[in-house]
Amino acid sequence: MGEKSALICYAARLFSHSLFDIFMSTQRKAISLISGGLDSMLSTRVIMDQGVHVEGINFFTGFCVEGHTHAIRKKDKQKPKRNNALWVAEQLGIKLHIVDVIEEYKEVLLNPAHGYGQNMNPCLDCKGFMVRKALEWIQQHDYDFIITGEVVGQRPMSQRRDTMPVIQRESGAGDLLLRPLSALNLPPTKPEREGWVRREELYDFSGRSRKPQMALAAQFGFEDYSQPAGGCCFLTDKAYSDKLVDMWAHRSSRDYELDDIMMLKVGRHLRPRPHFKLIVAREEGESRFLEGYRKQFTHLFSSSHSGPLVLIDGEVGEDDRLLAARIAARFGQGRDADEVDMEITDPDGQSETLKVQPMPASEIPQDWYV
Amino acid sequence: MSEHQLDARRLLCPMPVIRVQEAIEKLDAGDILQVSCTDPGALQDVPAWCRVHGHRILSAAQTGDEVHIRIEVIKQDTPA
Repeated sequence: MGEKSALICYAARLFSHSLFDIFMSTQRKAISLISGGLDSMLSTRVIMDQGVHVEGINFFTGFCVEGHTHAIRKKDKQKPKRNNALWVAEQLGIKLHIVDVIEEYKEVLLNPAHGYGQNMNPCLDCKGFMVRKALEWIQQHDYDFIITGEVVGQRPMSQRRDTMPVIQRESGAGDLLLRPLSALNLPPTKPEREGWVRREELYDFSGRSRKPQMALAAQFGFEDYSQPAGGCCFLTDKAYSDKLVDMWAHRSSRDYELDDIMMLKVGRHLRPRPHFKLIVAREEGESRFLEGYRKQFTHLFSSSHSGPLVLIDGEVGEDDRLLAARIAARFGQGRDADEVDMEITDPDGQSETLKVQPMPASEIPQDWYV
Repeated sequence: MSEHQLDARRLLCPMPVIRVQEAIEKLDAGDILQVSCTDPGALQDVPAWCRVHGHRILSAAQTGDEVHIRIEVIKQDTPA
């Protein structure tokens, strides 16, 4: 369906169904959790078509997969740098509120009541947390209910028939939480019972198949939409989770700051000794990003050959500095040279040049790579 | 009408957008916000956020490693 005919359909539906609601009664207002994926896009549109005023909300935990984080890497610079949640909001013609929940999210990640999924993803606690934040938002802004794109049976942890009521209960949202794509598989919520939305125009999607969503997208004329294979969160990614676990294992506490978790997204991480690790930029874009941390970390680069910027995370002695320099030299253009000059600079700006033989790749144990 | 500066350099998206959103909440209609960023993605995202909220982009350009965006604050009503 083209954009024009989709628009005509949309106008017709509004006219036939919602004229009374719009002119004769108070227009109901909903906030929709927008991830940037197709399901939240569809569920929002379904409710908009019933004449409800919908705005979007997106929570930034620090672990969100954003094109821009990948864009640190030079090779990805030709890819579109859009924020999918904003893009969805623009397609739908709704406002989007992006909320920084980095600090509050720590408790969710560090102490999830329902545990972790396959990796470090606390999906059930995370969804409950986000719905609770949405509830706070609607209470502060005098909105009526909350929409999510959840579908029964779609995700192994947070979108099961037995866990979806847990989210309603633990978030405190109760029956103010409406899942338009799966509503017919669930008990009627307050928006349905009160007639704010027409239940018979909601859906009964269930399971992992994407076909019903794709069919509905086609009906709405949505031709371009994001379908991230691993979801929208780095915590579902094994490589990222391994780095996070390693970071905690070598610190005195399981805490983190935003810089910590951003740096886990960047570079090769090698831990040659328990008390320090190296973060090696993989290319120019990452080197430029890591340059921003030169005043926080001892860092290395080759002054005799071109090569990456390398940060040292941890306290290092003389032997460690030499080891770090040999490893760092292995990732530069001087990797096959007999000797490479490595400039090592402490956070206070003190620097020295170490002349080292680059460590051959064969001497770097695989288990140093985090 | 008054002019305001926002330094969002070294922040990765969506943090520049969040900072813009927080800054604009405190401004009045007609105020101007000048934002500086280093994440090139801000060149797309900040204007996109402004479009969905009805704020006017007066200029948006990348100079070297920095993105500079100038926004006029427009206030819109939400249904009662």
